[in-house]
Amino acid sequence: MLSIVDLVKDFGGLRAVDGVSFEVGQGTITGLIGPNGAGKTTTFNMVAGAFPPSGGSIRFDGTDITSWSAHQTFREGLVRTFQIPRPFSRMTVLENLMMVPQGQIGERFWNTWFRIGAIRAEERRLRDKAVEILDFLGLTRLGEEAAGNLSGGQMKLLELGRALMSDPKMILLDEPGAGINPTLLGEIVDRIAELNKRGITFLIIEHNMDMVMTLCHPIIVMASGKLLMEGSADEVQTDSRVLEAFLGGAVDDDAEATVG
Amino acid sequence: MEAYLSTIIFFLIFASFYSLTTLGLNLQWGFTGLFNVGIVGFYAIGAYTSAILTGPPYPDTLIGGLGLWFPIGFIGAMVTSGIAALIVGFITLRLREDFLAISTFGIGLSIQLVALNFESLTRGPNGMYSLPRPLSGISESNLVDNILYLILCLAIIGAVYWAFERMVRSPWGRVLRAIREDETASAALGKNVFAIRLQSFVVGSAVMGLAGAMQGNFIGFISPQDFLPIFTFQVFVMLIVGGSGNNMGALLGGLVVWGLWSFSEQVIGAVLPATFNTEAGAVRIVLIGLILALALLYRPEGILREKRIVSREARLS
Repeated sequence: MLSIVDLVKDFGGLRAVDGVSFEVGQGTITGLIGPNGAGKTTTFNMVAGAFPPSGGSIRFDGTDITSWSAHQTFREGLVRTFQIPRPFSRMTVLENLMMVPQGQIGERFWNTWFRIGAIRAEERRLRDKAVEILDFLGLTRLGEEAAGNLSGGQMKLLELGRALMSDPKMILLDEPGAGINPTLLGEIVDRIAELNKRGITFLIIEHNMDMVMTLCHPIIVMASGKLLMEGSADEVQTDSRVLEAFLGGAVDDDAEATVG
Repeated sequence: MEAYLSTIIFFLIFASFYSLTTLGLNLQWGFTGLFNVGIVGFYAIGAYTSAILTGPPYPDTLIGGLGLWFPIGFIGAMVTSGIAALIVGFITLRLREDFLAISTFGIGLSIQLVALNFESLTRGPNGMYSLPRPLSGISESNLVDNILYLILCLAIIGAVYWAFERMVRSPWGRVLRAIREDETASAALGKNVFAIRLQSFVVGSAVMGLAGAMQGNFIGFISPQDFLPIFTFQVFVMLIVGGSGNNMGALLGGLVVWGLWSFSEQVIGAVLPATFNTEAGAVRIVLIGLILALALLYRPEGILREKRIVSREARLS
């Protein structure tokens, strides 16, 4: 689905990503873990088109998307969420979702004068789709609430909802579990698993190891801008290189238990 | 009795120029977050365009004296103000928002200087006179003429209000607000931020130009003195007081603040001795500042607040 070859990113003298290659298979929930500064979010940003890589190539679904910008990858069906949610605070939850689909008739202002009927029909269709997604995420009763009034966890769900509005093939989630209470975290994990069953591929950056180990297969580990290893949850947990990267050398039984 | 009625009609005609300009600013600032501080420039471009298109021939100007029908003057005013906004917007709207503020402020000042110095186009400080007033001469009475002009103004405002409501309460208006809230997230969701901002800026400025033309043709005389920076400030106060992000609030703000401004002239004129005439003008500006401060402190959302739900269809039931 997504194939990254020899990806490099330099920021001035700093090489943040150093020749990383991996594949994300269609229909998987692939985890991307690693200590802070490993280059995970930088890799994400290049894949999602926030900035171009210094070297290497990115292919998505057979198309070369290496230097594409964010709105181009979005149209190709590759959508990202942000580490810190960015809702449109003074708009309703429902309209945060309804604004997402591309090429709406009503996005051309002269159509708002001359194609009133067509826009109304389109709006109803979008509303029904948005309500369906809100139902799925358990946010329906907040539909007419201003998005800025949501809790942090609800905002993460809203971000996921916005991604879903575009009928994506693949979603990049940047720390969906950060700062979320355990109940809502379980909710998010369930939703991701359910969406995956419906055919959406996921690539997830996450620090919450419980979440990664239960949800993700395979798991890709990065450290210091390089790919460290790739494997199942069991393989990653027992690999000495991974423990070393996370804990900086001193590997004993206690440390192993913490990572697990 | 007729004198009172005449004063009220005259007041309402002027209020309609301000309300229409505030409506234009609401599209730019209220819905899109574009900080246009050159309102008076676009207003002046509209007034001068219509004066050139509809006015009589003058012995000392290069062009003008075309004597065209007033709707052509009004439409021409919208076109030239719109083109001016297109040029300014095309250069500045890709940059950080402070650049728009600085460059529009410059435009506002320099348009007035052009009007003052480009004498073969605008007659400079002498101004352009004898501009034809639409719908006048139908009756013998000046009062009836004014009432007819007021009806014309209200019809134009009604049409612009309808057009703006359709625009902002639609998917287009939703993207405007999304851009105002978070430009980066809007771009990440595939929206063409630059194009939509430019559209909002041009349409809003064209309406300001239309209002300028309506004033010029009503008074029958325009000169650079009519287009001072204080105008921009007044219109911003009208929008904040009326309710930024609400079209009806913008119209109402124009009416209310223009009412206070006119009323204060009467009161200050009556209270202060005639020798303080010059100071009276300053007192009124202080008063407008005071209204702005009070509005921001006690009712920052304005008389009418922004509607939370943008599109008519975006309801749960």
